[in-house]
Amino acid sequence: MAAIFQGVGAAAPLSSSPSNSFDSNKSVFSPRRSFSVRKRASFAVVRSDGIVNLNPKGRSAQRLISNAVATKADSPAASSSSKPGHELLLFEALQEGLEEEMERDPRVCVMGEDVGHYGGSYKVTKGLAKRFGDLRVLDTPIAENSFTGMGIGAAMTGLRPVIEGMNMGFLLLAFNQISNNCGMLHYTSGGQFTIPVVIRGPGGVGRQLGAEHSQRLESYFQSIPGIQMVACSTPYNAKGLMKAAIRSENPVILFEHVLLYNLKERLPDEDYICNLEEAEMVRPGEHVTILTYSRMRYHVMQAAKTLVNKGYDPEVIDIRSLKPFDLHTIGNSVKKTHRVLIVEECMRTGGIGASLTAAITENFNDYLDAPIMCLSSQDVPTPYAGTLEEVTVVQPAQIVTAVEQICQ
Amino acid sequence: MATAFSTAKFSTQPFPLNPTSTTSHDSSIVFARPTSQFLGSTRKFRLTSSSKFNLSRRSKTVVAVSDVVKQKKSKSSPSLLITKEEGLDLYEDMVLGRAFEDMCAQMYYRGKMFGFVHLYNGQEAVSTGFIKLLKQQDSVVSTYRDHVHALSKGVPARAVMSELFGKTTGCCRGQGGSMHMFSREHNLLGGFAFIGEGIPVATGAAFTSKYKREVLKEADCDHVTLAFFGDGTCNNGQFFECLNMAALWKLPIVFVVENNLWAIGMSHLRATSDPHIYKKGPAFGMPGIHVDGMDVLKVREVAKEAIGRARRGEGPTLVECETYRFRGHSLADPDELRDPAEKARYAARDPITALKKYLIENSLASEAELKTIEKKIDEVVEDAVEFADESPVPSRSQLLENVFADPKGFGIGPDGRYRCEDPKFTEGTAHV
Repeated sequence: MAAIFQGVGAAAPLSSSPSNSFDSNKSVFSPRRSFSVRKRASFAVVRSDGIVNLNPKGRSAQRLISNAVATKADSPAASSSSKPGHELLLFEALQEGLEEEMERDPRVCVMGEDVGHYGGSYKVTKGLAKRFGDLRVLDTPIAENSFTGMGIGAAMTGLRPVIEGMNMGFLLLAFNQISNNCGMLHYTSGGQFTIPVVIRGPGGVGRQLGAEHSQRLESYFQSIPGIQMVACSTPYNAKGLMKAAIRSENPVILFEHVLLYNLKERLPDEDYICNLEEAEMVRPGEHVTILTYSRMRYHVMQAAKTLVNKGYDPEVIDIRSLKPFDLHTIGNSVKKTHRVLIVEECMRTGGIGASLTAAITENFNDYLDAPIMCLSSQDVPTPYAGTLEEVTVVQPAQIVTAVEQICQ
Repeated sequence: MATAFSTAKFSTQPFPLNPTSTTSHDSSIVFARPTSQFLGSTRKFRLTSSSKFNLSRRSKTVVAVSDVVKQKKSKSSPSLLITKEEGLDLYEDMVLGRAFEDMCAQMYYRGKMFGFVHLYNGQEAVSTGFIKLLKQQDSVVSTYRDHVHALSKGVPARAVMSELFGKTTGCCRGQGGSMHMFSREHNLLGGFAFIGEGIPVATGAAFTSKYKREVLKEADCDHVTLAFFGDGTCNNGQFFECLNMAALWKLPIVFVVENNLWAIGMSHLRATSDPHIYKKGPAFGMPGIHVDGMDVLKVREVAKEAIGRARRGEGPTLVECETYRFRGHSLADPDELRDPAEKARYAARDPITALKKYLIENSLASEAELKTIEKKIDEVVEDAVEFADESPVPSRSQLLENVFADPKGFGIGPDGRYRCEDPKFTEGTAHV
């Protein structure tokens, strides 16, 4: 599984424009460290220009700096031994991010089912309990609503809990706490209490896990005021988003995907975070803007391969921030290509795609040459049978057809 | 709806849960300080909880306790439970609670406050009995019936009244309202509209206390959390889940059940298979105590024990306070289902009258001193109303201010700047 994705990533051709400023990751924590961008330019997956500098003025400064250094071309021939950084699988990247934050701030703690001794259902918290103790990596009883509420109470009184839902779907049981307390408590208390929690867990359609374990909760949570939602898709942004979420004073829901945990990537050795509110430019292009997130990013990149062979030049953006949307990156893209295709794993009705369509129409209607197309999962409970499950989610062939249709 | 049936059935019985407390109430409220015999009796509770609901068995254990204390009383010289200072402090707090709530009712009917307002009249002994024993750093979590918990914890009457009027000077800037009283300064963690949803928050606050001591090595951190909730909540999953977790990790928390027998119009006895809530504590491995919640001194004694336990790191306690609300569930509740005889019975056990009687009979205070306190409280409440009246209403610009602790959470706008940097945003006119 991982190999396919990696292969897809590696094969995605870069745009042939000389100002190839997008292949190196600028997500470094402080401007002083921008030089380190050069070291990681060698991995072939096109990376975003997601700039981490929280000072907006600094952001454009970052871009300029990175333009200058990005002329150092990606050289697939460079041997891995001379590459700096270290290779990690996505779940290891999450673990590393979590561990680094726990080292950095003793108030960061983890709570969830089987996060401690078992190491997490997807091994994201493996080894942490041994290192930090049973109270900092708390194995909870099976009581989602209550331990989520407990995390919120702990956050109000000074801790910074990372609450894990063993599967995102289980957090439906915690909806009371997530909506009422996590989202709203800062407001109803008149700003007196902050809730710096991170709620994370694996979701999405997996391999025949059945309907209840294949849920996409981003659509249910998106209306809750006061929370932020991000979805990670690569080891790099997984670690970066995990760290940013933990450091954020806002409650953040981090959506991971069951099928992406074994992706491998080379990560920088130094500290970095990914900006929670920014989208990631995966592949710049001219003909159509494809907006996607999480696992669908890989289906899109696979379709992009086919599309390039057919002569199309799609621009692929991983929106990453599901709430709020990064209307700047998205807007700039729309203004360039005038055509939008949204590819998501959410249900058709009331999903992220639906909200994104509305947001783009409201803000950039004048720039559109064609109606926005949104490819989402079917409005069905995910069937167990493999053949049926395959057709509930968007497949690359559908994406190719959609692009062809839009670009007519 | 078998309302006639249900009221008839339960009003003819004497209040079945605590026959002995009725008798002990008939005699003087005074009894000597109970010793750890009290906790010893929980072992008896544990045993009885495994047996069927057996009135006589249960009353036997309660009798056992009061036998012990009656004995102690006769042995030693009359020792009082409180000093004069403490007595006056308790009296003042209860009178404040009562006067404030009465004023709320007046203001509501005059159109100064709106929505759902739940008044605490009659239950003052529980709030005063428990919260007056706390330090400022201890936390209190309440429900929608939270005005008096806020006042007892130290939130100024002005701030609470302003909040009720929806003014910016309210403790939550007018954004919370009657059911969402919060105070960071006084560690009042809410104010929750959904029953049960505050209990996990309280559990979390207790968790932080333990974490501070054991992980952050703040060795002297012994902060205790009190979670107040009602009888209706005791049938809710979050209650049981938190009893489990608190006992499992020995969290410094006291679960205080304000059993006023009614959840809006649902009688506790109609909703609960085993109405003895205190018995549910031992099922999870913590002591379960039942106390007369109309008697502030009894509540205080139990509270001392329970809070002491938590402070020493011995874990949680479940305290069921038998109490009663003199008014309806909320100001919108016509309160037609409760039997007037039941109401009269509890009105006769008014905790403020009882404490007044105690103070005077034991020469701890004179009528005049108590009258002075009452007058003072009247002025405090009047002042609170005036202050609230004169305070400004929130301006439009306040609308978006506290949605996020870090307003970058509103995201990046089409122009590349964070939305929160848009001046229209602070005016509250920006489209989010």
